[in-house]
Amino acid sequence: MSLNFLSRSCNESFARTAISAFVAQLDPTIDELADIKTAVSEAVTNCIVHGYKTDIGKIYITSKIYSNGKITIQIKDRGCGIENVERAMEPLFTTGGSERSGLGFAVMQSFMDKIKVTSKVGKGTTVTLQKFIIRRTVKSEI
Amino acid sequence: MGVKISLQDNKLTALIEGDIDHHTAKEIRETIDNCVENYVPRQLKLDFSGVQFMDSSGIGLIMGRFKLISSLKGTLKVINIPKNLERMIKLSGLAKLGIFEEEDKRKPCRR
Repeated sequence: MSLNFLSRSCNESFARTAISAFVAQLDPTIDELADIKTAVSEAVTNCIVHGYKTDIGKIYITSKIYSNGKITIQIKDRGCGIENVERAMEPLFTTGGSERSGLGFAVMQSFMDKIKVTSKVGKGTTVTLQKFIIRRTVKSEI
Repeated sequence: MGVKISLQDNKLTALIEGDIDHHTAKEIRETIDNCVENYVPRQLKLDFSGVQFMDSSGIGLIMGRFKLISSLKGTLKVINIPKNLERMIKLSGLAKLGIFEEEDKRKPCRR
């Protein structure tokens, strides 16, 4: 599944609603779905607040579901990029001012099973999130 | 969606409803800060009972209001955090500020 949209903040809710509709076919628990929505919201917010800080650009989301219950979500921007990814991922580190908590990456790490960040200054940033949705055994009918 | 403000006994309560993300936080913040700056309450209460979704923008919202009300010599209380948001709160380390209260027994008065 892939979609792209402009980096306007009003699209944040669209992005997480779209991804939750896609993930729904795996029959996740409410908690699993909330984890994914939250992580995607963090990644998309980063694109808007940091990647395209001074302009409006496109955000690309690609998501795949595998037969073993694995889901990957890639969130990509062609914005300014991150100079020091390691530092950006430190909890509480932020360049976003006093209203930003600096927890975006920490939330993605905590709410998903795996996260990969690649970035190039002037080229953009790609965040890849991964999570396993546990298949619950179907209760036999009476 | 949004925020409902009520004022009683010099305490300002902001009942937040709907989703808190980077987009909605702006409007919620502006509404609350406007009232806080106008009334300079002794206490600001953020009521999260109507919050359905929240990303780390909600943490930023709490932190920012804490700073504002503290600068005006008032106190902040955050009440009725839904169960599903507890992990986010824990991750933020905000608990050490002692601003969270289990539950508000009184019904929030709406305007």
